[in-house]
Amino acid sequence: MKRNVNIWTDIDKISILIYLLMIFAGWFNIYAAVYDEEHTRIFDISQRYGKQFIWIVAAIVIAILVMIIDSRFYYFFAYPIYGGTLLMLILVLFLGTEINGAKSWFEIGSLNLQPSEFSKVATALALSFYLGSRKRDLTSLTTFLIATGIIMFPALLIAAQPDLGTTVVFLSLFLVMFREGMSPYVFTTGVLLILLFFLSLLVNNTILSVSLILIATMVTWLMTRKTRLAVTGLGIIVAAGIVIYLINYFLIKEMSLNFIILVAVLVSGIAYGIYFFYRKAAGLIIIYLFLAGSLIFVNLVGFSMNTLLKPHQKERVEILLGFKSDPQGTGYNVNQSMISIGSGGFSGKGYLQGTQTKFKFVPAQSTDFIFCTIGEEWGFLGSLVVIGLYLGLLLRLIFLAERQRSDFSRIYGYGVVAVLFIHIVINIGMTIGLVPVIGIPLPFLSYGGSSLWGFTILLFIFLRLDASRTEYLI
Amino acid sequence: MKNTFVNRKYIIMAIIILVSLVLLTRLFFIQVIDKSYRFSAENNVLRAVTQYPARGLIYDRNGKLMVYNQAAYDLMVIPAQTTSLDTASFCELLNITRDYFRERIKSARQYSRRAPSIFLRQISAETYARFQEKMFLYPGFYVQPRTLRKYSKPVGAHLLGYVSEVDEAVIKNDPYYKMGDYIGKSGIEEAYEKELRGKKGVKIFLVDVHSRIKGSYANGRFDTAAIQGTDIITGIDLELQEYGERLMQNKTGSIVAIEPSTGEVLALVSAPAYNPELLVGRIRSENYAKLQSDTTLPLFNRALMASYPPGSTFKPINGLIALQENVIVPSTTFGCNNGYLFVGCHSHSSPLSLKYGISNSCNAYFCQVFRRILENSQYSSVADAFNKWREYLTEFGFGTKLGTDFVNDLPGFIPTSGYYDKYYGQNRWKALTIISLAIGQGEIGTTPLQMANMTAAIANRGYYYSPHVVKSIGSTGAPAERFTVKHVINIDSLNFEQIIEGMAEAVNGGAGSTARSAAIKDIIVCGKTGTAQNPHGKDHSVFVAFAPKDDPKIAIAVYVENAGFGATYAAPVASLMIEKYLKGTVTNKYQEQRILELKLEAR
Ligand SMILES: [Zn+2]
Repeated sequence: MKRNVNIWTDIDKISILIYLLMIFAGWFNIYAAVYDEEHTRIFDISQRYGKQFIWIVAAIVIAILVMIIDSRFYYFFAYPIYGGTLLMLILVLFLGTEINGAKSWFEIGSLNLQPSEFSKVATALALSFYLGSRKRDLTSLTTFLIATGIIMFPALLIAAQPDLGTTVVFLSLFLVMFREGMSPYVFTTGVLLILLFFLSLLVNNTILSVSLILIATMVTWLMTRKTRLAVTGLGIIVAAGIVIYLINYFLIKEMSLNFIILVAVLVSGIAYGIYFFYRKAAGLIIIYLFLAGSLIFVNLVGFSMNTLLKPHQKERVEILLGFKSDPQGTGYNVNQSMISIGSGGFSGKGYLQGTQTKFKFVPAQSTDFIFCTIGEEWGFLGSLVVIGLYLGLLLRLIFLAERQRSDFSRIYGYGVVAVLFIHIVINIGMTIGLVPVIGIPLPFLSYGGSSLWGFTILLFIFLRLDASRTEYLI
Repeated sequence: MKNTFVNRKYIIMAIIILVSLVLLTRLFFIQVIDKSYRFSAENNVLRAVTQYPARGLIYDRNGKLMVYNQAAYDLMVIPAQTTSLDTASFCELLNITRDYFRERIKSARQYSRRAPSIFLRQISAETYARFQEKMFLYPGFYVQPRTLRKYSKPVGAHLLGYVSEVDEAVIKNDPYYKMGDYIGKSGIEEAYEKELRGKKGVKIFLVDVHSRIKGSYANGRFDTAAIQGTDIITGIDLELQEYGERLMQNKTGSIVAIEPSTGEVLALVSAPAYNPELLVGRIRSENYAKLQSDTTLPLFNRALMASYPPGSTFKPINGLIALQENVIVPSTTFGCNNGYLFVGCHSHSSPLSLKYGISNSCNAYFCQVFRRILENSQYSSVADAFNKWREYLTEFGFGTKLGTDFVNDLPGFIPTSGYYDKYYGQNRWKALTIISLAIGQGEIGTTPLQMANMTAAIANRGYYYSPHVVKSIGSTGAPAERFTVKHVINIDSLNFEQIIEGMAEAVNGGAGSTARSAAIKDIIVCGKTGTAQNPHGKDHSVFVAFAPKDDPKIAIAVYVENAGFGATYAAPVASLMIEKYLKGTVTNKYQEQRILELKLEAR
């Protein structure tokens, strides 16, 4: 069945408006970031803002092309596009040009293309096709593993470049799987593991372990509202802990405090097990398993960081994750970027009036750290507008996704939401010291052709699917 | 169509809204609540100022300071922060021309508008003080403290080397160095650059629009401290070095003195020398050009790089090889009738045994010795015997680098049998063809350092340590493993005793002894004179010696160019040096005066 639609009138105007606002805001801010009294013409193509204007014009052409193509193309060619992208990702490892230590770029004449930018689109398409073409049940292990494979295969190829940032972006697609029925425990566990990984590196592991036990006690109390139960549970662990501490103190003398806490929690598991068995308290079992699992994980991370890695390797991991500052490295960048943003105050210093970003204190000001320029020159109001626009776009896209009649389109829509969301969170988060410095661009705002075109294609395929949602039932 | 899990959209929306709120809260905190970032409200900026560490100091063997640091100030400019200024009064303040001002601003702009460039190097303390008062008038300019080398005595320039700004090639190869950094060039400064330089640090300051430092940013949380360079203690005796340079004034040549028991260099003089202060700071490049175009080659380190035929100072070595190869015994005598074949000799009593052959420096005696070495029936050919002879020389460190901590010492040259095969044809040469080697002339080249090392090996009766100038790095650190390795020469120490008898006789013997001008009261000096042939003019006077005979404390080689026979000038210089080192004072004032007053034109 086919109904005639006019994609130019049916296309979602709100999304287009936000998109256009964003790309031009990006252009003006790149101009501000690179601004130099000696090159003031915004169309000067020897400068980044001049080039960005060309990328923007090209992006609009690309957007129109994406809209012209029949929406069924994206459905039927989802796998071929995915396969082609994988091939590119393999080829770039051998034929790519190394820039900043990563083999991520194809150099075609004067144009540099980054296949990993387009692989996000391809993977979202492939995942949508796999989950949406036939009704799949994500609670089945096979389906879950295949879907995970579709996400992780390109992610690992990109990790080999190595491009940690883009690899992390792929993990956001698990949000799509959550929407489509993946067990919330998988999702929660994943988020928890990532959180614990960073916490175990950042916080003293003993304090972390104790905090986890207290949180588990709190959750138990919140779930059951039985003070005696929660206190007894805690008491068992404390008692077991004291006994093991004494045994270690007089006999073994080898165990660290972390390890004593871990063993105490595991040993008290026997007591809980008996209780849970008689009371059939499934919810409490889950709390306990989360607690025990977290503690094991924290100890594993601590062990592998301190024992398996040599000091210089550990330092490299810490610098890579942004926990440790080396004078010229990532820690320095975060300090400088926070100074820039903080100095903007409530209403900013005014357009082109920023001082911090102009003195090249922050490297990559026009790419990964473009938000510094916005924060410094436009202040908190600017930050509010930018985040507001992003939030508006994301919520609008969720609304659009939910009104799709095909599973494929809906799932793809959530893919767009997830990819944009993680880019925004990580990019802005790192400039304000909330997230380790992972170099990924801010959608539509950062300088760069590949990333702008990648996001444009990602978004407009969905807008194309949405515009023709009544056209076909795919 | 079923759309299960549809309610999960609310969870996802909640997550997105929640995370956005977290970001906004954090931004609100940084941008609105926390005032500590607000310094820029008045358009203040941060300035990262490199903290240059003081370079390590250099001491002599007795703990006397040789090289230290003085403060200097570089005037820096950040073009982007400058405003229009009163050029005339600015130039007057700094005593520079308007052209210089325009030139520097232009090149600084070309280098970078945001990064600092050096505007004016090493301004004086007075200029600095005057400028500091007016600095608020000139935003974008600030003063960067640096340190420059300072010398406690104007000596040891060749030994110490100098410090200059790094060039492009160094910056490319070593990321530690940035534009305007200093690096050691030649001598100890170059050889021990890594130890001396320390580690740079950085301080971040808050600076207002008037270029005034408002304080340390964030209480110095982001600063790194500079780490001072490590001090170096040399084996040099500063007084001896100074004395040596005084003796060699107005002459061309070199002195190398070594402590035989350690291989430590006690003094190393190359004349003509220059005042090391000439190559410090702003005057460096101009003076360097002057020194470089000077025809007497003051920059050339003769002690390490000049290769001379060793002349008669080589005779002890040939004697030692002959003894070890059993082709002569100490009592072997040879007659001399004013020479041997075409090699002439002076008149002396004849025939002589080995001891007197050395003390009289008889050419005929050593021609016979050399023939016996090469015509040794133990070897199938002259070439084989020659190779064995050359092997001994290599053990003494000739024709090869000595493994020192100098950066530019040369290996000298000892021909191989292949060299003569090529020159004369295989089996077309015999002992007589190359007989000049017997008396240290001909195709042989050795450096003064190698001759001093040979003398140290003789003093030690058969071994040496690689000569080195640095005794320890810091107060405890040994300079290098290789300086503790004993290089043993395959010649019996008893044979050395025989040669040493001859060298003692040469200085302390009666009539006929050639080096009596080197004798010192109460000290038995063992020495050997030599004359290095000079194709360009008058021969060079050479003398090697060590003392005292039984417990050698110093081994020395002295070269005085164009001074003729070794006993005339080189031997007295060596004698004065030995006495100065062993006694602390010189008793032979007549000899000292004679040497100090001597002026010899170069070449
Ligand atoms: Zn003779």
